[in-house]
Amino acid sequence: MKSYDVVVIGAGPAGMAAAVETSRAGLSTLVLDEQQRPGGQIYRDIEASDATRRGILGQDYQSGADLAAALRGSTAEYLPGAVVWNIDSAKQIDFSVRGGSQSVKAAHIVVATGAIERPTPMPGWTLPGVTTVGAVQILLKTSGVVLEDLVMVGSGPLLWLAATQMIAAGTPPKAIVETVPKARYRAAAKHLARAIPGWRYLAKGFAMIRAVKRAGVPVHRDAEEIAIDGVVAAEAVSFTSDGRRHRIETAHVALHQGVVPNQQITRLMNCEHRFDAGQRAFLPVVDASFETSVENVFVAGDGAGIGGARAAAMRGRLVAMRIAEKAGKPATDGREKLEAALRRDAAVRPLLEALYAPSEDVLSPADGTLVCRCEEITAGQIREAVALGAPGPNQVKSFLRAGMGPCQGRMCGLAVSEIIAAAKGEEPSSVDYYRIRPPLKPLLLSELAAFEPGEAPRAAAE
Amino acid sequence: MANRTVDLVVVGGGIHGCSAALHAAMRGLEVVVLEKDTVARHASGVNAGGVRRLGREFPEVPISQRSMEIWHRIGDLLDDDCGFQRAPQIKVAETEADLDRLKARAAHLRAMGFDHEVVLDRDELRGHLPAVSDHCVGGLASLDDGFALPYQTTFAFQRKARSLGVRFEENCRARTVERVGADFRVTTDRGVFTSRKLLNCGGAWAGEIARQLGEAVSVEPTAPMMLVTSRMPRFCNAVVGNQTRPLSFKQMQNGTVVIGGGRRGRALPDTNVSELIFSELRQTAETAMAIFPIMRGATIVRSWAGIEGRMPDGIPVISPSSTEEGAYHAFGFSSHGFQLGPGVGEIMGELVATGRTNAPIAPFSITRFTPEAGASGSSPTHSQGISA
Repeated sequence: MKSYDVVVIGAGPAGMAAAVETSRAGLSTLVLDEQQRPGGQIYRDIEASDATRRGILGQDYQSGADLAAALRGSTAEYLPGAVVWNIDSAKQIDFSVRGGSQSVKAAHIVVATGAIERPTPMPGWTLPGVTTVGAVQILLKTSGVVLEDLVMVGSGPLLWLAATQMIAAGTPPKAIVETVPKARYRAAAKHLARAIPGWRYLAKGFAMIRAVKRAGVPVHRDAEEIAIDGVVAAEAVSFTSDGRRHRIETAHVALHQGVVPNQQITRLMNCEHRFDAGQRAFLPVVDASFETSVENVFVAGDGAGIGGARAAAMRGRLVAMRIAEKAGKPATDGREKLEAALRRDAAVRPLLEALYAPSEDVLSPADGTLVCRCEEITAGQIREAVALGAPGPNQVKSFLRAGMGPCQGRMCGLAVSEIIAAAKGEEPSSVDYYRIRPPLKPLLLSELAAFEPGEAPRAAAE
Repeated sequence: MANRTVDLVVVGGGIHGCSAALHAAMRGLEVVVLEKDTVARHASGVNAGGVRRLGREFPEVPISQRSMEIWHRIGDLLDDDCGFQRAPQIKVAETEADLDRLKARAAHLRAMGFDHEVVLDRDELRGHLPAVSDHCVGGLASLDDGFALPYQTTFAFQRKARSLGVRFEENCRARTVERVGADFRVTTDRGVFTSRKLLNCGGAWAGEIARQLGEAVSVEPTAPMMLVTSRMPRFCNAVVGNQTRPLSFKQMQNGTVVIGGGRRGRALPDTNVSELIFSELRQTAETAMAIFPIMRGATIVRSWAGIEGRMPDGIPVISPSSTEEGAYHAFGFSSHGFQLGPGVGEIMGELVATGRTNAPIAPFSITRFTPEAGASGSSPTHSQGISA
């Protein structure tokens, strides 16, 4: 079995930056990424996009090209199309590539699997025609496809960004239904002074909102009691705004309530996690160099807490510097400068977190709303299980099968923890989260039968 | 903090602890269950769910039979169906030599007076398992067995016991057990519990409790690994094992297929962690595809392993203590304790409440591992009934 000083999982900004830096320090580095080309979700298909598409997607998207070029130019081995399905406590990484499974050993692991969109359970969210804002943006990045008559529902910077990109592509959304309560603006304003070092983000935000208004896209504010109507597919979005009920007919709805760290790998590796009230999400516990509670396992990028693409690349470099230091390589300059830049970059976060906190509607869905899509478990069933005495997500999982389907709880996990916590009158931190079991992604039985990691396994008992 | 002295403290909230607590409460005892994690956290909540008499170690057959009677009316006992499905359990023979061994076993059981295991020829096997591979020559079946949902079952035992007044203290590890006068004192992180009787159902963690009672036995923590697939079209209505290669295979009501059968992962009982060893599971995958060719197209969505206690001879300890009168053990079920849960709980309830049972538990005595303790300690006065 091949061994590397560093295995980086994920080729988004954090993973690319980390791999460039560790390979430059002389450490053998392997990058495993599910996609066919580097970039992650934020810079998805950056190498393949032409000038027109880059024009639509904007300046920030273009900046991913330099990172991708740096990765290509580095001595890091880059393996695209590699789906990691297990990592054990000895840092053996098992992954699928080209229909077969392979294993490598890592001295250091950089988890750079970024963020996923927060689950948004609401009536009708499983109907055909309903997708997420992130998915809409990926369609645009990879295929130049823009959905017509799209109604965007929810809140967050990504929603506004995707809307401006759709406008630039010549197919504006039909409407934006924003769930930010009016009172939130006052709460967020308290963070304004602290956010000044992040003026660039604020300016971009205001510019996006202006662009949407200029394009004449109707924006419905302070929306609540949202439902997607339809029998066999989405037909309309209904909601209350300005004190009255609205109904917008459409076959295409994109939902969004912000992004949260993708915890699957850090949970699988039994890293410690904590619930962050500001981000309303579980985060792996990391030190100043983004090392987790499991030694030599690092989380670079949004996986350690949402910071955005620029911060992700900087965190990736910081992680790489620390790994090089631990491996006895000469210290690199610029660490303090990088840390200061990261602090400046994060200045805008408290404001964004306060303004775009998830709406009450999705945190406490009605009893009849489906929460686990794979196994079709409703919020009401989860509350009933708690009433019977099931103490947490893992017992609810065993009892109802919530989180046991092919997505392994990625789509429902956070919502299930929130619902259980609310039902018990506790915080999500005390009820915790699903235990994550391999394979991280579905694996063919025939692939497992042909699996030869090439080394005798450690004994079963230790 | 000291608690009022109760009739019985049960250490361990798995299926055996919960079942024994329920049966003791049904006999009017005041019971507290101490569980270091949460009820059904380990093997009891995540085992393969087989409700199997087929292929039992011979001494276990009588209590397995008794347990099966309870399983068939589990809803009456617990007000919950436990997801129990009546289904044949079948051990497949891939060669004539395998089939001969199965025939010999069936004959031995008949001589013991049990006729629930029947030999299937080639055609009969296909009658039960239309999807079985062509090369399989026959099998051995126990037609009136089944399977159930482990967490739902153990949780149902807990809820029924609680409804009869049993107190469950979860996240409350029994650190020390000791005799104080006529009573037992159990010290936990959350106070001291005293009781007239003590029952050790600590699973993989039971060895430490036994040691503190002066009965040092070796309980090996093991983690039998299991896989589950995404939903598949219905092709199998039986629970399937194999005569020579380890396998436990069943298709659940929802179409998913659960595959287990003895390949062991890494058990780390101190941290509650079990780790899968996929190079071992590879053989489980191979066996499943060899017996059912349809499995070549199956997709694994999850794997897991609960931590269980295994005894050196592969059968449990079901026994009064040989050192302390009023203390009892039911642990070390060695990866096949789920089906025995209802029956052994009934036996332990009887033992604790009356000091005696007619159930044939002599082969499971703790003294088989602690001859010196049995010889030098106080001699138990309990009738242990006839041996199987």
